[in-house]
Amino acid sequence: MEPSIRARQELERLEVVAGNGLLNRRAFLRGGAAFAAAVTGYTVAGSAAAEPLKDDPWSLEMGAVTPPLQTPSRFEKHVVRTLSNPNNELRNSHARTPHHLLNGTITPNSMHFSINHSGLPDIDPAKHRLVIHGMVRQPLVFTVESLLRYPMESRMAFVECSGNSAPMFSNQPVQATAQALHGLVSCSEWTGVRLSTLLDEAGFDPKAKWVIAEGADSLALHRSVPMKKALDDAMIGLYQNGERLMPGNGYPMRLLLPGYQGNMNVKFLRRLKLTEGPAMSYYEGKIYSQLLPDGKAYRFHFLQEVKSFITHPSFGLKMNGPGYYEISGIAYSGNGRISRVMVSADGGKTWAQAALQEPVHSKAFARFRAPWRWNGGPAVLQSRAWDEAGNAQPTRAEFVAVRGETKEPVTNLLAFPNQHYNSITSWGIGSDGEIKHVYA
Amino acid sequence: MSTLKLVLAFVLALVLGSGAALAQTPRLGKPISEADIKAWDIAVMPDGTGLPPGSGTAVQGARVFAEKCSACHGEGGKGSPLAPAPLFGGAPLTSGIETPKTIGNFFGYSTIVFDFVRRAMPFSQPRTLTDDEVYAATAYLLWLNKIIGENDVMDAKTLPQVKMPNRDGFIIRFPDKI
Repeated sequence: MEPSIRARQELERLEVVAGNGLLNRRAFLRGGAAFAAAVTGYTVAGSAAAEPLKDDPWSLEMGAVTPPLQTPSRFEKHVVRTLSNPNNELRNSHARTPHHLLNGTITPNSMHFSINHSGLPDIDPAKHRLVIHGMVRQPLVFTVESLLRYPMESRMAFVECSGNSAPMFSNQPVQATAQALHGLVSCSEWTGVRLSTLLDEAGFDPKAKWVIAEGADSLALHRSVPMKKALDDAMIGLYQNGERLMPGNGYPMRLLLPGYQGNMNVKFLRRLKLTEGPAMSYYEGKIYSQLLPDGKAYRFHFLQEVKSFITHPSFGLKMNGPGYYEISGIAYSGNGRISRVMVSADGGKTWAQAALQEPVHSKAFARFRAPWRWNGGPAVLQSRAWDEAGNAQPTRAEFVAVRGETKEPVTNLLAFPNQHYNSITSWGIGSDGEIKHVYA
Repeated sequence: MSTLKLVLAFVLALVLGSGAALAQTPRLGKPISEADIKAWDIAVMPDGTGLPPGSGTAVQGARVFAEKCSACHGEGGKGSPLAPAPLFGGAPLTSGIETPKTIGNFFGYSTIVFDFVRRAMPFSQPRTLTDDEVYAATAYLLWLNKIIGENDVMDAKTLPQVKMPNRDGFIIRFPDKI
């Protein structure tokens, strides 16, 4: 029988738009038999029938108590952050976000990444103070309570450690999950007070070019922030996804510098000093200055540049036979909105445009999705993002040409051989359905 | 005044008026004097601004280090399981992008050493060293890296004058953002 006009239209939408089975990004907007036929090769009627349905025990008895603070289902216990220093030895601690087990654009607060250079301070918000001083007309001290009375704004923003993805400086691909490779970036809705409001109240000297931001942790971690950023979109963050900041994300307040390297978003913020020059602190003078192949080093690399990676499918997940899959991942840029994400299933030979989940926020996670019909053969999945400023995520070859790679393979996934890696991630899929991290 | 000018003036007054209304902020910060901020005002700038009175030499610093630092950083700063990275030496920075950074091969400013020791060390008891001890420990670390002599006195005047070997090894990545 001739297919109906509608079925024909549906089939047209399912056109293969790039090599190795990548489908038109609009395909998933339409369901139906034609869609199932096109992506699986089987008609719905021809599929094996499902088991008859019956009631399970939980459907036949009253459930458990409704708790004041809810936690995920016991069946989701594996969805946790991975820790670098579980015994709290005298050094820094990292907790990485399990991107391959999450979806959407918001990182749950319990799973927001966290790096603490000297543990988590147990700060009493009633005693915490924020002081603004230096090149101001009048130094001012704020309590948490006073800041909670200020006009607030909410915005989406990712925060990324500039050491995120550092294992990818390895000259050989490290076999690791998206959590281990890219788990030091997360995205939240942050609510707080515009820093410019407080700087205006203190009356800043126009000659001030920098703000030294310092925390109340035992290291009194400090970073120099250009006044340009402080007066642009900087915020004193007080809430994270609607609730007060998590201790690991800076409770009771942090500096939020959307799009700038995580370490500059000083947590446990207690002091802002306006100065003419930068402090050249330990963290900007050593840790977060990136060595280049010629022996020079980048200083003040502020921006987390345009980047994307595929979370589904990815290393650690399993393919369940040929057929339809949604390729999905995260894209973001410290320069603004993500304008486009392209995906490839053949290692970058051909590309298809992915759909972006609306709304796309500036300096925040954009979730991209692309329908894919896996034919069961070898495939190499990649994503590549562009931001509204016109910056393209570099290919690995482009990136390594400028920034270099290690001489020996990286074996310690927790080490930071270098910083600010934003090139393409490739997942190789074998005929057996095994997913590996590859360079392509 | 022409009608157009009157209209413009009216519009301008409206805009300024609403602007002034928006600029009303709570003003809930309490005034404080710089003297009362002193306990927190610990950042040392590369030109030496913020350095306290006091002094120390590497010879004195060796004693401070043995007593207060070597438990983690190892004898003579060679590292230990707690803090494995040696505090001196280091390969040339052209050895590869993963070359470990040290005071000798990487730091652009001597003040970074003083500032970080004073604010963060010893790791389990930060801000317990006297300023003399911090000057001495700083001198010791600079001496270990063959940057100053064993008896060179480090103080607020001499420390910022120490020229670090990698002083000019940096490229500002985004100058337009400053």
